[in-house]
Amino acid sequence: MPLIEVREPGLFTTVQDLGREGFGPMGVSPSGAADAVSLRTGNRLVGNADGAAGLEMTLLGGTFEFPDGAVVALAGSDFGATLDGKPMELWVTFETKSGQVLKMGPTRTGARCYLCVRGGIEAKLFLGSASTHILSGLGGHEGRALRKGDVLKIGAASGSARKRRISARALKETQPRRVLRVTPGPQSERFSEAAQRLFYAGRYLVAEESNRMGIRLKSEAVLDTPGGKMISEGVSLGAIQVPEGGQPIILFVEQQTTGGYPKIANVISADFHSLGQLRPRDVVRFERVDWETARSLLKEQEELLASEALFE
Amino acid sequence: MALNGCEFRAAGDQSMIVYFGEEISVRAHEQVRKLVRLLQDEPAAGIRNLHPAYCSVLVVFDGVRLRHEDVEAVLREYIARMDRLALPEARLVEIPVCYGGEFGPDLAEVGSLHGMTAAQAIELHASVEYLVYFLGFVPGFAYLGELPEALVTPRLAAPRRKVPAGSVGIAGSQTGVYPFATPGGWRLIGRTPVAMFRAEREGLSLLSIGDRVRFTPVSAERFAEMEKACR
Repeated sequence: MPLIEVREPGLFTTVQDLGREGFGPMGVSPSGAADAVSLRTGNRLVGNADGAAGLEMTLLGGTFEFPDGAVVALAGSDFGATLDGKPMELWVTFETKSGQVLKMGPTRTGARCYLCVRGGIEAKLFLGSASTHILSGLGGHEGRALRKGDVLKIGAASGSARKRRISARALKETQPRRVLRVTPGPQSERFSEAAQRLFYAGRYLVAEESNRMGIRLKSEAVLDTPGGKMISEGVSLGAIQVPEGGQPIILFVEQQTTGGYPKIANVISADFHSLGQLRPRDVVRFERVDWETARSLLKEQEELLASEALFE
Repeated sequence: MALNGCEFRAAGDQSMIVYFGEEISVRAHEQVRKLVRLLQDEPAAGIRNLHPAYCSVLVVFDGVRLRHEDVEAVLREYIARMDRLALPEARLVEIPVCYGGEFGPDLAEVGSLHGMTAAQAIELHASVEYLVYFLGFVPGFAYLGELPEALVTPRLAAPRRKVPAGSVGIAGSQTGVYPFATPGGWRLIGRTPVAMFRAEREGLSLLSIGDRVRFTPVSAERFAEMEKACR
């Protein structure tokens, strides 16, 4: 079985696929790629199914060697990749030969870059998914981020992969956004009008403590939170909860499944991948859209990802 | 409203919550359990995930195929059939706990807040059978209620950055066991050597929604023996 040798792991690199949906009754959140659009696109470039497992690198990429060679693609943010010192482009299929070294550095754009390899990363599945769930130490490669010296296995692939490139149109349409589109949250109406105005007018800084569980936001504007008791309830991906301090938290892929804070809004599904590219100190704001808009944006995104228009 | 007194509310563009009233009660809990059970036994097309809680269920669906009103119609049809569903007899699970000391750093304070000794607080905590209202927060974390009235204590003002796995905590009228080392604001009164969630175990989670739980005090020596055996 072909291998990947981890020369340098980078800051925080994990095995991710599209996650495990359906285990909410056990308190297990889906996890999965923080920027699923990039992972899916990268997989398409190497001829994999959308949901094959790849490596998710965060802010600072790793260095990898492929002793048996591999067909790979990089997707997401530009981590200044080089192959034996030669700069490599994102969003295109390329080959690495035995002994060549693929090296990534610090990000030049957003938070995450995906390394997809033809055949996918082989990992022991936990609840049907190879995705690493860091908090519980389950899934992925030994339930943890990669370390120097780790050796990963590449899965079997059939047929041959064409060299392809993602189209300019597809890149434009899936460009990560800083203006996050939201729909109302289940407790929107319990927030005062002033709090709602402030929320939609505010500019929010992404805090350092943000991670795959949640993106913590900071602003000078403190939202007053609704009084009255709130009984813990199920919370959805992208829910924007406002704890007593008045600074919102966006629940992310490795989220808690239930929570007791009121939610003022929910990021739309078509913008989930944008959350995965937010870095600490990035500035975001929120724009309200209606349910039909949210739905048609999701539909368009899914259609694009499934179509040939994805490629040049 | 109307139907079984439940209420539907959109959560995200691919999720909605059905509420069975706005009180923590055994009746609401049974409705939650019945809906989850029906949807697990007879999965509905396009429904992807369920997050049950005290008196509500968050339903995650495929937003390309379904709109909120479609999901509501499906859920109403399931809810209408719930009354005919009999829930299985509850399982009773015993969880050994070594109370106090380094395992329960807040035990003494909990006792003094209620004008009782640590031993009295332990006795009270271990004196009743708790209901698993639901699992949430992190994998295998069971929300257990109700604590005896005399033990009801607010959560810590400042949560701990890291609570060790197996820690038994109380907060408000709830109690529970942290399956993993996580941040947490519950007051810690003891620790169990038993794994609450294990990937290689059938069913994964030691506890499931609707189970009954009883805590049994064990000595530090017994804790050490059991911890060794669990490994």
